[in-house]
Amino acid sequence: MNILRNAYLRPFGGCRLLLCFTLSLLLWGCNEKTTADALETKGWPEQFGLGKPATEQQVAAWDIDVRPDGKGLPAGAGTAVQGRAIYAAKCASCHGNTGVEGPFNHLVSSDTSKAKTIGNYWPYATTLFDYVRRAMPFNAPGSLTNAEVYHLTAYLLHANGLVDSTSVMDAQTLPKVVMPAQQLFVPDNRTGGAQIR
Amino acid sequence: MNDVSKNQPNKGRKLSRRHLLGGMAATAAAVLLKQSSGQVIQAGLAKDSLLLQDPTKVLGPLPSQLGDRSPFEQPVRKPSDTSSRTPLQDLYGTITPSDLHFERHHGGIPAIDPHKYELLIHGMVERPTVFTLADLKRFPSFSRIFFLECSGNFRSGKEQLTPQDICGLTSQSEWTGVMLATLFREVGIHPKASWFLAEGSDAAVMTRSIPVSKGMEDGMIAFAQNGEALRPAQGYPARLVLPGWEGNTNVKWIRRIEVSDQPFMTREETSKYTEQVGDKVRQFSFVMDARSVITFPTFPAVVHKGWIEIRGIAWSGRGKIARVEVSTDAGKSWQPAQLQEPVLDKAHTAFRYLWQWDGKATEIMSRAVDDTGYTQPTLEQLKEARGANMGGYHVNSIISWQIKGDGSVLLRPENIR
Repeated sequence: MNILRNAYLRPFGGCRLLLCFTLSLLLWGCNEKTTADALETKGWPEQFGLGKPATEQQVAAWDIDVRPDGKGLPAGAGTAVQGRAIYAAKCASCHGNTGVEGPFNHLVSSDTSKAKTIGNYWPYATTLFDYVRRAMPFNAPGSLTNAEVYHLTAYLLHANGLVDSTSVMDAQTLPKVVMPAQQLFVPDNRTGGAQIR
Repeated sequence: MNDVSKNQPNKGRKLSRRHLLGGMAATAAAVLLKQSSGQVIQAGLAKDSLLLQDPTKVLGPLPSQLGDRSPFEQPVRKPSDTSSRTPLQDLYGTITPSDLHFERHHGGIPAIDPHKYELLIHGMVERPTVFTLADLKRFPSFSRIFFLECSGNFRSGKEQLTPQDICGLTSQSEWTGVMLATLFREVGIHPKASWFLAEGSDAAVMTRSIPVSKGMEDGMIAFAQNGEALRPAQGYPARLVLPGWEGNTNVKWIRRIEVSDQPFMTREETSKYTEQVGDKVRQFSFVMDARSVITFPTFPAVVHKGWIEIRGIAWSGRGKIARVEVSTDAGKSWQPAQLQEPVLDKAHTAFRYLWQWDGKATEIMSRAVDDTGYTQPTLEQLKEARGANMGGYHVNSIISWQIKGDGSVLLRPENIR
């Protein structure tokens, strides 16, 4: 339990927030039409029988997403110390030596910048793993191993002051990192009509 | 035409069609020059050029396999590293030519072999299934005209901006494909499913979470645009389209749909495509609110005293445009513009207003009202509603043009902050 810095060690705290948020979105969703009014299915067969059943291997090969509850996180683990070296070699040329400098997306919060960063704007730590694995580095997307992604995730969370330098990030610990910005996020409140929002 | 000419269009003709066409195009392209003023002139035109001849006295090019634009018409997108903008001021009607549709990519344009293309639908479904492109095309199909607009579609801050610069990240097409509801029905979507992940096969493997309710209502997997297969930049061979919703959710090159009971909180729906509203961050703000833009007269046009038809487009992601109002006195009074029928749901709608300009400096502007009763706001109203840090997403404010006494037209610049 010492893995994470105490201030952010709130197991399930994040999940509870997520649950409330999801519920409100569900309720919002219920006001929408849930059937395809445009679809005239009269005279259609129950199924057209098109397509082939997806095999487990096919699904596993493509199903790379990671949810906030950690579903989809692979085996492996990473630490900030090891992540620092990978960052310097593969990320710093675009994001700056310490993640503050740019020129492309600023990743690390600093006292002198108002830039939106992982530390001050990203609501879920799992998104970091998901995005780095699927899309980074920009010039060699999808080239990082799961271990490298864990290391980088640990490094970037540590650089933003969210976990200790010795924290181990893995499928159990990463979903428990509570991001400071998470409490700021609210679902869309615009509904049409005269009100400007 | 006989069979020979059909299969071998240049064979057996004294005057090669290819030669004639090639010669024509090359001559014309070489002699048209754009001056710094923007005016196209015929410079250095060879005496024997077809363009200088009386067209009634010379045989023109014969039919060909592919058509070209007139060399006098050169509408182009304006590209940056991440997007390219539709030249709204150069277009007529409401359909955007496919090669001028705006682009916004997150990892470039992937090259996908349509014969190897597959769409996987899995997660909370009874029958996880892989569909080929041929499979998708065998389902009952559906066509619909609607706009696509990037939610980061606002620029201002200086006078010398065109509609393309300001809001060229909106375009309109007739999309054809298979309704998502048809596919969800085929795979047996779980009754408690509420969200699905849409994933592209570009270098960003871009993902967005979408409520199942929207997918069931009018979501579509489109494989065609304006009568032909999708352009590569628009998602070839298949993409998600969600009428009225921010462009980023219309995932291109779609390869996978995972049905779930919660959003996935991907990068594009958390750190991007969210906006600060007061001290909160608004997320899943999918719908594009009503908006309009005058496309003539706008910078860099110069107008003359007398009758001017003010033209533009209006659209709303929530429904139909109910009316567009135009002001020619800097917003003091508003007059109804004429809407071009048909006025379609969630679609660019052309409007026009005939105005007699007295030659005095003024400002002209338009505002859209949709059928939910929403009126396009001013930037000040948006700032008031969202706060000083509202950022650049979903900025749909009224755009105002200064008409100077000398007839020059300039944007009235505004600043988000």
